[in-house]
Amino acid sequence: MSQLPFRAQLASAIGRTAATLSRATGRGDGSVIGGRVGLMLEPDLLRRLAADRKLALVSATNGKTTTTRLIAAALHELGEVATNAFGANMPAGHVSALSSAKSAPYAVLEVDEKYLPEVLDTTDAGVVCLMNLSRDQMDRAAEIWLLAQKWRRALDGKPAHVIANCDDPLVTWGASTAARVTWVAAGQRWREDSWCCPECGGPLDRSGSDWTCRECTFHRPEPNWSLDGEEVVDPRGDRWRLNLKLPGQANRANGAMALATAEAFGVPVEKALLRLREVASVAGRYTTVERDGRALRLLLAKNPAGWLEAFDVADPVLPIILSVNAQGPDGRDTSWLWDVDYRILAGRPVYVTGERRLDLALRLDIAGVPFELCESFDAAVAAQSPGRIDVIANYTAFQQIRAEFGRAE
Amino acid sequence: MQSSQLSIVWIYPDLLSTYGDQGNVLVMEQRARARGIPVRTIHVRSSDPVPDQGDIYMIGGGEDRPQILGAQRLRRDGGLQRALSRGASLLAVCAGYQIMGTVFGGEEGQPVPGLEVIDIASGRGERRAVGELAAEVDPELGLPTLTGFENHMGVTKLGAGVKPLSRTMVGVGNGDGTEGCYAGRVIGTYLHGPALARNPALADLLLTWAAGPLAPVDDEWFDRLRAERLTAVLPR
Repeated sequence: MSQLPFRAQLASAIGRTAATLSRATGRGDGSVIGGRVGLMLEPDLLRRLAADRKLALVSATNGKTTTTRLIAAALHELGEVATNAFGANMPAGHVSALSSAKSAPYAVLEVDEKYLPEVLDTTDAGVVCLMNLSRDQMDRAAEIWLLAQKWRRALDGKPAHVIANCDDPLVTWGASTAARVTWVAAGQRWREDSWCCPECGGPLDRSGSDWTCRECTFHRPEPNWSLDGEEVVDPRGDRWRLNLKLPGQANRANGAMALATAEAFGVPVEKALLRLREVASVAGRYTTVERDGRALRLLLAKNPAGWLEAFDVADPVLPIILSVNAQGPDGRDTSWLWDVDYRILAGRPVYVTGERRLDLALRLDIAGVPFELCESFDAAVAAQSPGRIDVIANYTAFQQIRAEFGRAE
Repeated sequence: MQSSQLSIVWIYPDLLSTYGDQGNVLVMEQRARARGIPVRTIHVRSSDPVPDQGDIYMIGGGEDRPQILGAQRLRRDGGLQRALSRGASLLAVCAGYQIMGTVFGGEEGQPVPGLEVIDIASGRGERRAVGELAAEVDPELGLPTLTGFENHMGVTKLGAGVKPLSRTMVGVGNGDGTEGCYAGRVIGTYLHGPALARNPALADLLLTWAAGPLAPVDDEWFDRLRAERLTAVLPR
């Protein structure tokens, strides 16, 4: 902020110039390169930029970008908010976000799960929002049990107020060393990574959203907030109908987490909710794009839990295009496709494309889901009659589609 | 087969099914049904006993801690060991492969006792092996090139009682130029992909051991995927 030492001011300014150049030359949105340059010139830049702000960190396997956006929207009620809106969720992205909104008294930062301990240490964030942990890109990501353990160590002894989803046993375990936790029963659709107790390895007995270890005392904490269908129940027992523009159960869960996080900053539910309802699309997700009379709704799904959420949003009467790549950011191993139950797609016209379309084709064939294989996304679109179409793509496949339609939301 | 129905036993999906291992079960079921063989699959959670009357047993990969828990519980349970000694087949993948041996490496590299159902010993390597793998299968088995994706820190030494499943052309596998092993009706491999989706002939081998000779089936999607993967990784 304004009292930054000269070196940090300079680093921050040069970083912003690099970001501008990156955008101007069409190399990217600038949110990573600017921060990298800044950190090179002043390694302590993130700490300095974070000082004197009220900061929330947001981490999870799925829903980070959307929840960050929702919390930022709610905090606008209080004043200017710095945020890494485009999912650049490592320290360089954080530096860039904070540099570009120097006078903002509030900041909401999406943080990669692995980087949470480091970023928490550096920024001393007052609020941490933790939503879910599930298997994700195992060829490059950390094992999730290990991740949760690192969260525990990072939170232990810190004053941060944690807002955590108590329906996810691993998140609960990861959050439970924090000095202060607000528990939100935000739901858990994907359960394949939580049949065993994170504390002792014993079997977890689950009934509805409740869970308890059969062998030790670890159990689901009593929630302070809960999501009940379309409604959020706050700690006073008041019920709030969400009515978000963002579709699906996963976004209602994100909404519940955002309301609880906003309240930790002093934003009342009735005010936060109005802000949440204004958010219609997040970094291109849930956007509808048009081509030749075809309205394509773009859904991002990066891992098995994410595909379940996307199926929940997709309209069963519409044709659907599925696009899968296996570049670095996607994870180079496509085995995860076999953790997704595609049988729900049987009965709708399914079009398969992307660089790893043959992996998906075999997967659908074994699931008994008829499909048409398309050489490209364009061919898949051209194969449709005019009308509405759902598109589910994983990370780089999604980015390729977005690039084709322009980055505008 | 024990009865008119092929019984597949999937061991500990709650602990050791981290990366698409369900795919091996789905492919096995589909290839049996395509031959008119009725199939029953039993999912055995780690809190439940492993039945010893199954025909084909399958176990997958997992993180360090679930791997250690899985090994402890299987040793205590004894069901799998009884099934194998009466001639059942087993496909053991990655973490599941390592625990079938005498020893494997825990999270800090400490030796953890295995089930001792095959003569292998595993430890922790220096570097993680991550990437596509291609290997020529032992000619005695008469199977086409092995393809898959490996992601492990393990190094596995094969004892006198087992043979290497294959010789690697691309990738690390056991760490000595071989990948996987076989002994009797047990196949072990580091490969994900999943292994049987990439190598349906391996599924058929297990199926033949359990159910006898098999009729050919339409392998169009398997073949196209295999061709694409092998073209992508093998040097021209």
